[in-house]
Amino acid sequence: MESCPLVKNILVLDSEGKRVAVKYYCHDWPSLSSKLAFEKSVFRKTRKTSARTEAEIVMFDSYIVVYKFIQDLRFFVTGGDDENELILASFLQGFSKAVDHLLRNKMHRRAALENLDLIFLCLDEVADGGIVLETDAKAILDKVSGDGLEGSGSLTEQKLSSALATAREHFARSIFN
Amino acid sequence: MAQPLVVKKDDDLDEEEYYSPFLGIEKGAVLQEARVFHDPQLDARRCCQVITKLLYLLNQGDTFTKVEATEVFFATTKLFQSKDAGLRRMVYLMIKELSPSADEVIIVTSSLMKDMNSKTDMYRANAIRVLCRIIDSTLLTQIERYLKQAIVDKNPVVASAALVSGIYLLQTSPEVVKRWSNEVQEAVQSRAALVQFHALALLHQIRQNDRLAVSKLVTSLTRGSVRSPLAQCLLIRYTSQVIRESSMNNQGGDRPFFDFLESCLRNKAEMVILEAARAITELNGVTSRELTPAITVLQLFLSSSKPVLRFAAVRTLNKVASTHPLAVTNCNIDMESLISDQNRSIATLAITTLLKTGNESSVDRLMKQMTNFMSDIADEFKIVVVEAIRSLCLKFPLKYRSLMNFLSNILREEGGFEYKKAIVDSIIILIRDIPDAKESGLFHLCEFIEDCEFTYLSTQILHFLGNEGPKTSDPSKYIRYIYNRVILENATVRASAVSTLAKFGALVDSLKPRIFVLLRRCLFDGDDEVRDRATLYLKLLDGEATVGETEKDVNEFLFGSFDIPLVNLEASLRNYEPSEAPFDISSVSLETKSQPLAEKKTTGKKPTGPASALSGPVPIVDASYEKLLSSIPEFAGFGKLFKSSAPVELTEAETEYSVNAVKHIYDGHVVLQYNCTNTIPEQLLEEVVVFVDASEADEFSEVASKPLRSLPYDSPGQTFVAFEKPEGIPATGKFSNLLKFIVKEVDPSTGEADDDGVEDEYQLEDLEIAYADYMLKVGVSNFRNAWESMDPESERVDEYGLGVRESLAEAVGAVISILGMQPCEGTDVIPSNSRSHTCLLSGVFIGNVKVLVRLSFGISGPKEVAMKLAVRSDDPEISDKIHEIVANG
Repeated sequence: MESCPLVKNILVLDSEGKRVAVKYYCHDWPSLSSKLAFEKSVFRKTRKTSARTEAEIVMFDSYIVVYKFIQDLRFFVTGGDDENELILASFLQGFSKAVDHLLRNKMHRRAALENLDLIFLCLDEVADGGIVLETDAKAILDKVSGDGLEGSGSLTEQKLSSALATAREHFARSIFN
Repeated sequence: MAQPLVVKKDDDLDEEEYYSPFLGIEKGAVLQEARVFHDPQLDARRCCQVITKLLYLLNQGDTFTKVEATEVFFATTKLFQSKDAGLRRMVYLMIKELSPSADEVIIVTSSLMKDMNSKTDMYRANAIRVLCRIIDSTLLTQIERYLKQAIVDKNPVVASAALVSGIYLLQTSPEVVKRWSNEVQEAVQSRAALVQFHALALLHQIRQNDRLAVSKLVTSLTRGSVRSPLAQCLLIRYTSQVIRESSMNNQGGDRPFFDFLESCLRNKAEMVILEAARAITELNGVTSRELTPAITVLQLFLSSSKPVLRFAAVRTLNKVASTHPLAVTNCNIDMESLISDQNRSIATLAITTLLKTGNESSVDRLMKQMTNFMSDIADEFKIVVVEAIRSLCLKFPLKYRSLMNFLSNILREEGGFEYKKAIVDSIIILIRDIPDAKESGLFHLCEFIEDCEFTYLSTQILHFLGNEGPKTSDPSKYIRYIYNRVILENATVRASAVSTLAKFGALVDSLKPRIFVLLRRCLFDGDDEVRDRATLYLKLLDGEATVGETEKDVNEFLFGSFDIPLVNLEASLRNYEPSEAPFDISSVSLETKSQPLAEKKTTGKKPTGPASALSGPVPIVDASYEKLLSSIPEFAGFGKLFKSSAPVELTEAETEYSVNAVKHIYDGHVVLQYNCTNTIPEQLLEEVVVFVDASEADEFSEVASKPLRSLPYDSPGQTFVAFEKPEGIPATGKFSNLLKFIVKEVDPSTGEADDDGVEDEYQLEDLEIAYADYMLKVGVSNFRNAWESMDPESERVDEYGLGVRESLAEAVGAVISILGMQPCEGTDVIPSNSRSHTCLLSGVFIGNVKVLVRLSFGISGPKEVAMKLAVRSDDPEISDKIHEIVANG
């Protein structure tokens, strides 16, 4: 264990176990079918548990999976079996909280799909090649929105959320027509 | 809210929720839409939507063909013209997803390099990450300067982006990244938590092959400038690495850096506390004084409200309990309350920890708690529990009754194959090791096969029943269960049941007539194998068959262990050509050539350190040597080849002539085979011969030598020297070797050699014949049975001090290689933390003497290793000899 803590994958699934967005960082699952099989077994093994107030954890096939359910979305973070569980948990916490905020607590599968671009950006900002980039939800949000990076003209929290809301509406409308 | 037409999956969902904005999305259509990227007036919002759709397709597992990917890539590059920040972010994502090929990359590099130097921090950070993912090393040198600047950028996001990219680039262009050491070192001192973490990770990876540098790094940082929790976790990992490496050459005294680890137990961040506690429990040869503070913090975690924290603590304590059960007993009360934990992973770990730390008096109470527990956990957890119960039972044999009852109860419940197999294996092991448990255990197994859906388990149990059943007080009561199999089961199980019946018939005279009746009925079975077996056994038990002349032969045939490796038998059968001469099974080599058993046993688990590495190259002793040697008339009279060693190199690598030697051992002779290769294109060697000086090998006398007529460039040839030695005696000695030959110059252009040659010679390294050369590696399938079947009179026991050794594994490996025997039952694999170990070896010594060795090792604090050696063999003299070998080794 001389290596840097690594995340093997991040999964966001819906309440039926379908993919909303996923990101794999390692080659343990080389094919689409092996990835889907892994997602299915993770979903099956955690289906009956409640991970709403606190993140939960399960270990199988030499992987540690920490997970959290928020409304009808299920967040999973996988690490190797010698990984520090608390590092994985803090990573999960940062990511799920950031997504939660992005969707303004209206965390439904549909809202997530309608804001998929933001979720993809979140996934991109939390880790690079499996190395943790950021575990603080607020910092992740700042990076996704570009806030705090553009120097002087930074938006206030309220402005940001209304801007995101407008963008969301436009996006939804144009996709539905 | 009633929506009768919609199937409700979740309470707060309505029909709208099943509607996806991507419903009916099609790749072809989206690719068409991507044409908007080419519009002269870019609509940023629309472009964003199209990219999102493309990313959605990829994320769902769709793939683009090469042509499609190239098209999308080129279109995407057009979007750099837009100044829209949101769109730019999506462009970055798209480029990373497409991972363009080298010739495509060139198109975007200039745009990305511009972004890398932008005033906007967000562009800089993202452009660095994208660019580093896609460029090759030549382009890297062009942007190296910017990356070095970025590492020390005042914006932490930019610095982190550059550092993480550095970690990635280190794999492909280490020489470039290593030049950034100074900047990275500066970044380690950054006040931003994550920059510190990323910088430390990169700095360590740059230096990881330089032990001294890592040690210096740890020494300076443990004095405390690292504050970010993640960076502290890293530092703890590096520190334990340094401790592990330094403890090898530094005995006694205080462990360096232990104070640092201990101070981390008082850290604010839980992840740091856990990391430190785990590091302490995994220290080599950790003492209970060192363990105590770590166990105390873990115990506090056990009652945390966070499942992840409870899990982490119980998992660590479970591991500690395997090596230091006493240290964990303080936590027993907390553990017991975890049995009812909502999270079943935590509950299982708690139960198995308790089983490891429990004492004899608590067994019954534990069993009661377990019964309820088992019904609601998954099979994989159940297997863990069954294994824990098995080891508990071996620890407290007096408690076998309640444990055996528990196993038989869960055997009757629902479960998959792996689970049932674990239970059956456990019961069989308990029957073997606890004589009192035999009758009840066999009875439980009989009950189980009455209603067993797994052919494999049925045949395994029938085989076992055949060996153990006849020796019980009332063998007749098992017959009913066995014969029921003949009536009710599939052909494989029926055949197996027939063999079991025959075993009862052979051992229990009073049952013989009834067995005959049953076997005769099997002659009408619908399956060939079943009929054949019945016929064979009927003849055999009647004493008419040629196979078994006497009762002893019959028993040998029925019960004898099958020691021939199946791979060898298969190879021999393939080579056998149909002829008058029947296939002779005794001609099959007993040498184990395939991977050692230990390898198979550890599959599924991770290799446990160096001990699981293969024990040296596997000798290529096979029919080809035998054929080669028997084709040489001088050696034809030497009899059967006993063993051929692995090749021993007699020259350094890359010399003019490369020679290695193979030792062929016969009963009364030894043949040395020298494999020579001429590595000089301008030379042809003739009359190549090895002069062997055997003055340091008294018992050997040279009888024949077979020179090599000619040895052209790069085509290996062999020369042989044969020695006579006392029949059947494991003579040892040292041989010095001199290669003699005639050199002829070769014209490289024509390939023709001169007519005249010059005599020359070349000194080779010495070759030794040791006792291990007279030992065949032959495994046994069940060491305990084999051991007990040997005459206890032949046993010789003695104790040895092996002095200071690097580790237990190293000491065990050394003894195994001196003896040259086959490790059995995976006992050559040693858990990294263990303080003692028992290793089982088996082999056949020259003269076909079976030898079994039981080695018990113990290691004390300052790495002093002691060993107890017990030998049993067919010949007590050989037992003494084995001790002699070890004493001299």
